[in-house]
Amino acid sequence: MATHTPHSTLDALINVAGDTTDASMKTAKMPIGIPGFTLHEEERTVPASEPPVWPINKDLSYVGKPQERWDGRAKATGRARYTADVQLPGMLYARFVNSTVPHARVLSIDTSAAESYPGVKSVHVIEKLLGGAVLRDPTLEQNRYPIVRYVGQPIAAVAATTPQAAEDAAAKIKVKYETLPFVVDMDQAREKDSPQVFPGAADQAGTAGGGGSSASGVPQTGNVHGPAVHKQGDVEQGFKDADVIVDAHYTTQVQTHSALETHGVVADWKPDLLTVYASTQGTASVREELAAYFQLPMSKVRVITEFMGGGFGAKFGAGNPGVVAATLSRKAGAPVRLMLDRQEEHLSVGNRPSSDQRLRIGAKKDGTITAIQLISFGTAGCGTGAGCAGPASNLYKWATLHVEENDVFINAGPAAAFRAPGHPQGAFALEQSIDELAASLNMDLLDLRDRIDENPVRRVQRQIIRESAIWKSRNPRANADVGPIKRGIGLSQSVWYRHLAMDSAAEVRVHKDGSVEVLSAVQDIGSGIKTVLAQILAEQFGVPPAQVEVKIGDTNYPVGPNSGGSVTTASLTPAVRDAAWQAAQKFLASVAPALGVKASDLTLTDGMVRSASGKFQPIAFRSAAARMDTNQVSAQSRRIPDYDPRKYDTYGGVDVAEVAVDTETGRIHVKHVLAVHDCGRPMNPVAVISQINGGVIQGISYTLFEHRLLDPNYGIMVNSNLDKYKIAGSYEVPKIEVQLTESYIGQSSTDASGIGEAAGIISAGAAIANAFYNATGVRIRQMPMTPAVVLAALNQPKPQMEAL
Amino acid sequence: MSDHQPPHRELPETSSTTGNKGITRRGFLKGAGITAAGTALLDGVQSLQQEAQAATPKGVMEYGAEAFPVTLNINGKEHALHVETRTMLAEALRIGLGMTGTKISCDRGACSSCTVWLDKLPVNSCMTLAVDAIGHRVTTIEGLSTDSEVHPVQAAFVRHDAMQCGFCTPGMVMSCAALIERNPHPTERDVRVAISGNLCRCGTYPKVFAATLDAAGQHATKA
Repeated sequence: MATHTPHSTLDALINVAGDTTDASMKTAKMPIGIPGFTLHEEERTVPASEPPVWPINKDLSYVGKPQERWDGRAKATGRARYTADVQLPGMLYARFVNSTVPHARVLSIDTSAAESYPGVKSVHVIEKLLGGAVLRDPTLEQNRYPIVRYVGQPIAAVAATTPQAAEDAAAKIKVKYETLPFVVDMDQAREKDSPQVFPGAADQAGTAGGGGSSASGVPQTGNVHGPAVHKQGDVEQGFKDADVIVDAHYTTQVQTHSALETHGVVADWKPDLLTVYASTQGTASVREELAAYFQLPMSKVRVITEFMGGGFGAKFGAGNPGVVAATLSRKAGAPVRLMLDRQEEHLSVGNRPSSDQRLRIGAKKDGTITAIQLISFGTAGCGTGAGCAGPASNLYKWATLHVEENDVFINAGPAAAFRAPGHPQGAFALEQSIDELAASLNMDLLDLRDRIDENPVRRVQRQIIRESAIWKSRNPRANADVGPIKRGIGLSQSVWYRHLAMDSAAEVRVHKDGSVEVLSAVQDIGSGIKTVLAQILAEQFGVPPAQVEVKIGDTNYPVGPNSGGSVTTASLTPAVRDAAWQAAQKFLASVAPALGVKASDLTLTDGMVRSASGKFQPIAFRSAAARMDTNQVSAQSRRIPDYDPRKYDTYGGVDVAEVAVDTETGRIHVKHVLAVHDCGRPMNPVAVISQINGGVIQGISYTLFEHRLLDPNYGIMVNSNLDKYKIAGSYEVPKIEVQLTESYIGQSSTDASGIGEAAGIISAGAAIANAFYNATGVRIRQMPMTPAVVLAALNQPKPQMEAL
Repeated sequence: MSDHQPPHRELPETSSTTGNKGITRRGFLKGAGITAAGTALLDGVQSLQQEAQAATPKGVMEYGAEAFPVTLNINGKEHALHVETRTMLAEALRIGLGMTGTKISCDRGACSSCTVWLDKLPVNSCMTLAVDAIGHRVTTIEGLSTDSEVHPVQAAFVRHDAMQCGFCTPGMVMSCAALIERNPHPTERDVRVAISGNLCRCGTYPKVFAATLDAAGQHATKA
């Protein structure tokens, strides 16, 4: 399922680095460790073609320095063009017709009234649905139309000259259902006599970003798809060896991604080229799926993403909106815009699965973990991907491990990867149990983690926490406040992995007028990769980042990584730096004749062309460019494997939360968060901090507010908008302090890593729950921690513990 | 979904004096007034009602379900366009006029991505009928800056990195700029209140607070 071993997620997205075939190697001394703590030098063997090693950030000019967002002005002035803003001549507007019932066989679909509706140009009835699990034996279900498995499942679509006409016409499509028994409650779905979501075993392929599951062939009993079992050592012996065992049951809810820009595309089908503007995290993934679906050569499909309004894992591939819009466009002979509305966004394009976890941890008196056992159930709707064993498997050292992950099918939309898939759920349980273990062993929370977590970066992070004002202000005695509002402070760690997307390439061009540009199909999902690419060229050519031309988000450019699993920066930046370096060498060769020297005599540093032999005074880059013997030089480069791919790293952080619990109203107010995080070399610290702020806030929102509520009687989602599906707003944002542990691992020419997953979202739930315990002396093992849940927990004199 | 049409999408009640053929301007404005009251645009309603009362029988125009021509004052310029009675201001701006800086995200007045000013009052343009903007000065994100100069709030948003994906940014900017237009010296609490309806899923709020406070400082010294 998700992540027993660090490499097992994102298989669909990532090609694991192979051995380099470049025979000509050189050695390079690289900075390793954390400045101020563990910084030292190590030697790496690297391809001879690699650029010189960058020093640590403090000694660079543009990289690692706070940098204004390259496209900040376009975004702040409304000039940034998102998919829904694309307006093509003759463009039509499309609407889906969606299922109104949770489980049904579609008997007939009458589109005649819609076809003849004024303004309607094309109508399409879906016969092949994308997303969700598929039956191992497809003959178990035979129907012309896909079986409806959730309310909101797309059934047909209409394209018309105005949005109003499309909406009116869509309402005129008559769908005749034979309704089937349904189940939307996970506990009920686990029962023997529950209605079955699938008539037989069904699996879902893994998706980019870590959604779904690549573990097919696991057993299935009724709606329970699993267990996927992972064992190392004899866990029962491990528990026998333990001096202390903590055993607890945790539950978390389904969360929807709720990106502010809904899923959608503008598709323009022309005989010689299908052009699709897509709100996507992967232009490459959209092209791949469209080419496969329509059996078009990839060269005949172009995907463009100039700006995109958030994805958080749910926006990979063309999906139903992509293929349906392209089909409508082909039928109508005109471009078609199909943007989902907010309700559709909640229902049909992904969510974070729920979890129901039984976690047992055994430890020796000194804290050494002898056994971890996790049995989890979770629902990914009519899909899979509810595994949540990543933290339990990968955060701490253990002697024995036994993990069983189960997906439970219900009649709800399929899940999708969602920021650190499985990890917020898993950490919510694990990090509370670790705190409980520390209490049982009478050990300090940080001392215990020092004993069981050898990761050198997190060790430094704990040291920073230990010395922080907020942690020093913590009263280690729980429930110390006497008034109705109780203050508490807690912490949690997070873990994520060094995933790489090797299909990451870029081209760098230098023009005779001294302008430089970088081209890659990569898309900027809001994390700021445009700015980072500009910084890399700025560092190479000495041109301010704002003057670098960044052209991305178009499959006409060299292939870019799909942005999921925190791969973008770690994967793409070395390719860009290598291309910039090679372009610079070509540039020097191009100006050498005019300067009367050999290219080998020239270097380009700090924006100046210098002669090693001292033949001339340094010349500014732009002046030198005017003497190029061609109008343009360019170089393309692809990501090469990590310098030492055997050395495997995890990333993470330690987050501290301070809460005030109103024991009378049941409200938890998060007052202050200290987030200490690692993302390798921070390329643009400003944007890294923005992402961590966002992860923390999204984590608070998940922990306290968000909850997809399905009505058991009708199977509908009762809060499918943003007025009823509460996400954190300005009033709920605490004071957030972010501290980056700049950390060098000597793996690439930029030595950068990602931050999206590890930032806050993983640890917020457990940090708040641990703070809640510190405030009240009560364990809260259920999310979201709404006032009702809080009051129920406080009314129990002692936390409920199940018998073993 | 199409079978869940929100009430505000329905046409106002037809005036009894016009039969089935169409709606009088007076009757329509009455209906529009009722709809708009729900969006708390009381000043707008009042001015429309005054307009309705001022309309002489000679000047009565009949509007039906079809699109009809209107003139809207947007960013200081009169724009002629065709709208249906049910067309929302956000759609009129985005589709009718190609001014796509204003975003639609929830289409239900819950996220404020579509914030524009109606006479300097920030409103959700997805909940405001295009016809309710007649006679008002509409300011959109495009009207806040010129090619050469941006509003201090916009400049501060860039300086402070008060954006990630940027989809909520135009709405955030409009709310924050309206705040410092009416309160040149806001506190952080004031900023929180001003954007309490603006959702940001990337979680950029702390930098929005900082940027707005910074812009207010600049704004104050400029004024």
